[in-house]
Amino acid sequence: MIQPLSHLPHSQEDPATLAARFSDLAPPLNARQAHLEASRCLYCYDAPCVNACPSEIDIPSFIRNIHQDNVQGAAQKILSANILGGSCARVCPTEVLCQQACVRNNAHECAPVLIGLLQRYAVDNAHFSEHPFHRAAATGKRIAVVGAGPAGLSCAHRSAMHGHDVVIFEAREKAGGLNEYGIAKYKLVDDYAQRELDFLLGIGGIEIRHGQKLGENLSLSDLHQQFDAVFLGLGLAASKQLGLSDEQAPGLLPATEYIRELRQADDLSQLPLADRCIVLGAGNTAIDMAVQMARLGARDVNLVYRRGLEDMGATLHEQDIAKANQVRLLTWAQPQQVLLDDAGHVRGMRFSRTHLENGRLVTSAETFDLPADAIFKAIGQAFDDNALVDPLARELKRQDGRILVDEHLRTSVPGVYAGGDCTSLDQDLTVQAVQHGKLAAEAINAQLMLNVEAA
Amino acid sequence: MADLSIVFAGIKAPNPFWLASAPPTDKAYNVIRAFEAGWGGVVWKTLGEDPAAVNVSSRYSAHYGANREVLGINNIELITDRSLEINLREITQVKKDWPDRALIVSLMVPCVEESWKRILPLVEATGADGIELNFGCPHGMPERGMGAAVGQVPEYVEQVTRWCKTYCSLPVIVKLTPNITDIRVAARAAHRGGADAVSLINTINSITSVDLDRMVALPSVGSQSTHGGYCGSAVKPIALNMVAEIARDPQTQGLPICGIGGIGSWRDAAEFIALGSGAVQVCTAAMLHGFRIVEEMKDGLSRWMDSQGHANLQAFSGRAVGNTTDWKYLDINYQVIAKIDQDACIGCGRCHIACEDTSHQAIASLKQADGTRKYEVIDEECVGCNLCQITCPVQDCIEMVTVDTGKPFLDWNHDPRNPYHVAV
Repeated sequence: MIQPLSHLPHSQEDPATLAARFSDLAPPLNARQAHLEASRCLYCYDAPCVNACPSEIDIPSFIRNIHQDNVQGAAQKILSANILGGSCARVCPTEVLCQQACVRNNAHECAPVLIGLLQRYAVDNAHFSEHPFHRAAATGKRIAVVGAGPAGLSCAHRSAMHGHDVVIFEAREKAGGLNEYGIAKYKLVDDYAQRELDFLLGIGGIEIRHGQKLGENLSLSDLHQQFDAVFLGLGLAASKQLGLSDEQAPGLLPATEYIRELRQADDLSQLPLADRCIVLGAGNTAIDMAVQMARLGARDVNLVYRRGLEDMGATLHEQDIAKANQVRLLTWAQPQQVLLDDAGHVRGMRFSRTHLENGRLVTSAETFDLPADAIFKAIGQAFDDNALVDPLARELKRQDGRILVDEHLRTSVPGVYAGGDCTSLDQDLTVQAVQHGKLAAEAINAQLMLNVEAA
Repeated sequence: MADLSIVFAGIKAPNPFWLASAPPTDKAYNVIRAFEAGWGGVVWKTLGEDPAAVNVSSRYSAHYGANREVLGINNIELITDRSLEINLREITQVKKDWPDRALIVSLMVPCVEESWKRILPLVEATGADGIELNFGCPHGMPERGMGAAVGQVPEYVEQVTRWCKTYCSLPVIVKLTPNITDIRVAARAAHRGGADAVSLINTINSITSVDLDRMVALPSVGSQSTHGGYCGSAVKPIALNMVAEIARDPQTQGLPICGIGGIGSWRDAAEFIALGSGAVQVCTAAMLHGFRIVEEMKDGLSRWMDSQGHANLQAFSGRAVGNTTDWKYLDINYQVIAKIDQDACIGCGRCHIACEDTSHQAIASLKQADGTRKYEVIDEECVGCNLCQITCPVQDCIEMVTVDTGKPFLDWNHDPRNPYHVAV
């Protein structure tokens, strides 16, 4: 139940029709497509695509394996660098990562090898009789991971591989983090996030405890005492505020909240439908929200951004998806006022026109109103300060509101590591979080084993 | 995972992938990189008597496929152009540092007993695991009475092999030239001389292309050219046949074979092993992609072996030899015909035109109501030649289906249509 929208009607479409609109945005390659596409790879040395991959997957090697009918080997190559290679193949903005870097993406050819789809092909079609990675001899060391998102899961898997025992503390009912709760449904369909989780846990030595929230029933001090190392993969749990009055009015809510409900819904026709809606923001989450509402049947979806298209965080590919779904991209407009009807529900929003003056964004006196049944905020996520309230947690140094870490993902508190969106390091991407988790696990292992040797 | 380790002619290696004697194994720097990459062994680029050979520029040229993929390389580089002393010193050190890898030293000195007697103890002192006699190099060296000039004369092959067995206690591998009419003759000579193994094929006399503007063949040295040695995937079929010929020759039965020629993937290697090779040597594929290719080769071979239940290489080595025979023993009553999967067909028409122009007019082109064409096999005309299947760009679209002719097995020796047939 999405409380702020409980006054809105539901879609009149039948569930099957709606579900079909949320099937794979980029359908998987079949064997012939994968083979043909793999043959296009030039097997570059020191390949630009690898350099562009935050998780350093050996792309030419896995593609060569695909081409030599060694799908298993391809998958293992991918997973050895990125244990969530299956979901990353689906959600990575490849158009600005590996595929942008592909040497066949030159001006004469403009046709990069479809690396994301090949990666998905390999991972989806590999059938391992047992988990492809083995645990090292048990070390007796115990590691606490807070947050079962991509960063936490990646850290847990790599740590388990090194022979440590891992306990993951997760606030929500399901593990997976944004893969489970935050990705547009048509990018990560079915129960893939859970299936991938099951595969990952297949290595053994990882326990997940649900309903465990840092700052509520869990404290960093306790974890630090009870475990040999702690990894924080907390994500960004808070949505940024507009700072307008009536921001709590029914009809106005964070996009992430709606997406979470949408991803968990078995029957999309039971979701509230905002026939006219406004999405505020310029990132991929804003696009995801707008497109999903359009696919649910909304006839008038406006994505409003205070700057220009070229300033948007969403990639051109994402903007094209929005346009293809009849989402109107309105730029150079800033929210001024939430408009309410007599019942106190959102009926629209008043915007001021904006422009640049000497490089600074300024609002003009000119305003316009957009009618809307709902307004979704997708203006960014922020770190939830309530997580870090115990005495030890308060010691963690911060940068721009997030947890400060060094290149080994070490926080300012010895024995405590952090990775993913909750840190100040790198871009907020799933693949980046996976890399953080992996590197943190390596750093933890190096430190713990160093201590063992010294002892 | 399957066990890839081998003992070939008494030489142990962690896997059957060896680098052939060639530019990639010219010096310690390369060989160390190869070992770091995971190669099971190397055959050090051919040593000779001082003064060392001198090479020309340029040295290689290639035969390309439609997408500029290299099908074969032609080279005119001679044996090592570094001094014997430097090579021996490096070999000694590398073997010491990499005791688990096979290190074979390729040799080529004049066909004189004294020359072999002089160099063999020096090589043995390095700690190398074996020697390979370069009787195959087809360019440059034969003009000086070495390389293929030896390999093409069975008496020389036998004699030199015997000298090596006399003056050296290491396993002796004789590398054969394919530039000969019947490879078995050279293999038998090596066998008689006491060879512990043969390796084949060396490169094939070749000219890859001609620069039509300059009217000079490639690779060119200034305005001239000369024939070189051809290698790479294009020579694989030739090499496979020669390996099979020796493997099924009763006179050389049991003689270990090291397969060489166009091996670039795990599957190539598996095929050579199935036809009787105990180890394989790779060169061109490494020259095109670097030493890292061994990673996918080992991985792919091992996984394929797992899928087949082969615990080690002996489990399938030589398994295809028994099914390789003379034409006269083939079943003349066996019949296949082509079958086109209409759902898979993309309507390119290549099968039709190939059959219509060059074979048996057995694929009909039928115009459909919507203007497209449908291709259908005329069963009565099809002789089962495989050409349509070969030319079809869609894998598994054309299947060659066995037809039950109701006739018993019959080979040409016993076929009444053969004027010299043996009465049953």
